[in-house]
Amino acid sequence: MAHATDTILRIDHLTMRFGGLVAVDDLSFEARRGEITALIGPNGAGKTTVFNCITGFYKPTEGRMALAHGSSDAFAHTDELTASPRQSWSGEGQALYLLERMADHDVNAKAKVARTFQNIRLFGGMTVLENLMVAQHHYLMRASGFTFLGLVGAPRYRHAERAAIERAKGWLERINLIHRADEPAASLAYGDQRRLEIARAMCSDPVLLCLDEPAAGLNPRESAELNELLLGIKREEQTSLLLIEHDMSVVMEISDHVVVLDYGKKISDGAPDFVKNDPKVIAAYLGVDDEEVDAVEAEVTQ
Amino acid sequence: MTATPAKPASAVAPPAPAHDLAHAFKDALFSALLALGLFGVIMGLKTEQEPTGLILEQHWERVLWAVGIVFVGRLVLNLTIWRRPGGKLDDLMPKGLQKYGGSTGTAIGVILIAVALTLPFLPGAERYHVDLGTLVLTYVMLGWGLNIVVGLAGLLDLGYVAFYAVGAYSYALLASYFDLGFWACLPLAFILACFWGIILGFPVLRLRGDYLAIVTLAFGEIIRVVLLNWSEFTGGPNGIGQIPRPSFFGLEFSRGDDGFAAYFGLEFSSMHRIIFLYYVILVLAFVTHLVSVRLRKLPIGRAWEAMREDEIACRSLGLSIVRTKLTAFAIGAGFGGLAGAFFATRQGFISPESFTFIESALILAIVVLGGMGSQLGVAIAAVVMIGGFEYFREFEQYRMLVFGMMMVLIMVWRPRGLVSSRAPSVYLKERKKVGADMVSQGHG
Repeated sequence: MAHATDTILRIDHLTMRFGGLVAVDDLSFEARRGEITALIGPNGAGKTTVFNCITGFYKPTEGRMALAHGSSDAFAHTDELTASPRQSWSGEGQALYLLERMADHDVNAKAKVARTFQNIRLFGGMTVLENLMVAQHHYLMRASGFTFLGLVGAPRYRHAERAAIERAKGWLERINLIHRADEPAASLAYGDQRRLEIARAMCSDPVLLCLDEPAAGLNPRESAELNELLLGIKREEQTSLLLIEHDMSVVMEISDHVVVLDYGKKISDGAPDFVKNDPKVIAAYLGVDDEEVDAVEAEVTQ
Repeated sequence: MTATPAKPASAVAPPAPAHDLAHAFKDALFSALLALGLFGVIMGLKTEQEPTGLILEQHWERVLWAVGIVFVGRLVLNLTIWRRPGGKLDDLMPKGLQKYGGSTGTAIGVILIAVALTLPFLPGAERYHVDLGTLVLTYVMLGWGLNIVVGLAGLLDLGYVAFYAVGAYSYALLASYFDLGFWACLPLAFILACFWGIILGFPVLRLRGDYLAIVTLAFGEIIRVVLLNWSEFTGGPNGIGQIPRPSFFGLEFSRGDDGFAAYFGLEFSSMHRIIFLYYVILVLAFVTHLVSVRLRKLPIGRAWEAMREDEIACRSLGLSIVRTKLTAFAIGAGFGGLAGAFFATRQGFISPESFTFIESALILAIVVLGGMGSQLGVAIAAVVMIGGFEYFREFEQYRMLVFGMMMVLIMVWRPRGLVSSRAPSVYLKERKKVGADMVSQGHG
């Protein structure tokens, strides 16, 4: 298929300023459909800020973030849509969304972008199953006739609820938590909570799943399980992945495409092997050679 | 010395008795000093208005009594309950309070419902009891309504009485201006209260915690002050009188030939209306209960609870916080409105005086003491608080004291209310209760 060139998300000149601080500086990159794109960079490089912009939690200072449903042909309408005051365009089984114009909940509900958080955000007092049910809110809401049909116990809603439970069960089996379905989410172990958060995001039926450091705090075995899970999602679901990660074993093993940020700017972009050997990336992560430092110091003292 | 022997199996070895006694004595002495400081001036001195001017009466014997009670009480407590390892006030907790829920909860619920259904016909039930039952049920209903906002959605609302007032005035005004009957006004009162719930909801959408509490408190006062000052429309401080009473399918509870008693061939009795009103509020309360239990199991209810747990995660899952908050405010307010309309028709007269902040505080106390989010807990709390409040009327001045003590004890024993565990809205194999420590209280 034309997967290699089929773009799902196109970020153009994204800039985010907090007062005088430029967290993201004129960033442009693309994420491709059916692939895992990794966003890496040293601490404070602005990765999470990019995520918060994409998922609508921040309104970017400048820039455009276009997401295509269906196929990348939808990007042909980008300029037309940008000139109009609308948030989205749709037609012929395709759709285009300008994420910077959408409220955070619409980014998930309409543009179908789901996310997880660096510090896990589960509904701790609700059971594991309930967490997955909340993620299917819009489907159930429509089935319950916006509460009115559900209130009188219409069969349509009961069918929909059963279907939602089945779907949740499928995911719980997949992440190996089916035996803990009726326990509160807060009682799960850390690694289980991470997997549950991913499953919850997947239950909202996304086309793009943004994972903010999914491997943080996992032991090597859990990390390997996570790789399996993410590769499984890539293979079996209609979902592309965008992930921020510090764990290089995860990044290099599963991602198809890596974007490297440093001080809010893109310093490298390409396949994992290319990025791994890029001198700029090595310099950003490990610092530069002594000789180069000497050269710069000599320049400064002159 | 009346010390109880230390339990042999305990992990902590009991301290040496001599040291223990000295310690207990010192502690009691310190408490007595504290009591002296507290009570000395308050109880010891009293100003009295005399023709010659203000004079100071001295009552040192009272102070002596108070300090003595504190000293002896503290010493006894030190040597008995607190002596045991881990011994705290918890040991005094009634067994029934400790473990609670499951079958006990169901049993209590069934008994409460059975009593509620048959109350007017129970032997020894007089007008006073039915009236009291009506009052309790009104508060049960208000508690359940507020429970949606505070318990499920986690939004601290200190101005709930505003919606009670909106409901009451809606009915009173619609009845006096448009001559509408009670049953026609009931849905209108619900809708109007919902509307005002949304009006309150908009400005507080971005507020949390203390800030939210202050704004809702102010909203409650605004409604009351408007009712008080808009005399041409609401009658101001004089209130609205002669509010029509509800009819039984068109039959008035009057002495005439077309009245309820005559139609059914009964002898006229003023009790008929009292009992009828009791059943009206019972039905309204049941409706509130059924609807809120149902709502909890629908996506909207889960969204409320999810919002209480984590607002940001909700947003990331496509739940609109605006819609979620407004529906919670609106539906909670709607039930307050229904209760208000009932209040108006029962009293036959309403004035802004009935809708002061203390009412809001009382309803909130019922929800918090009962256990946020728990239907049964709220019902028990309403029965105990309102019923108990009436019961202690005989004790006159000590009523508030006992009332306050009760609240303190419940909060010490069960900091999250009588029924603090949460029942999940959906389950695969078994409905396990979620412990109170897991459930978050919401950020406002």
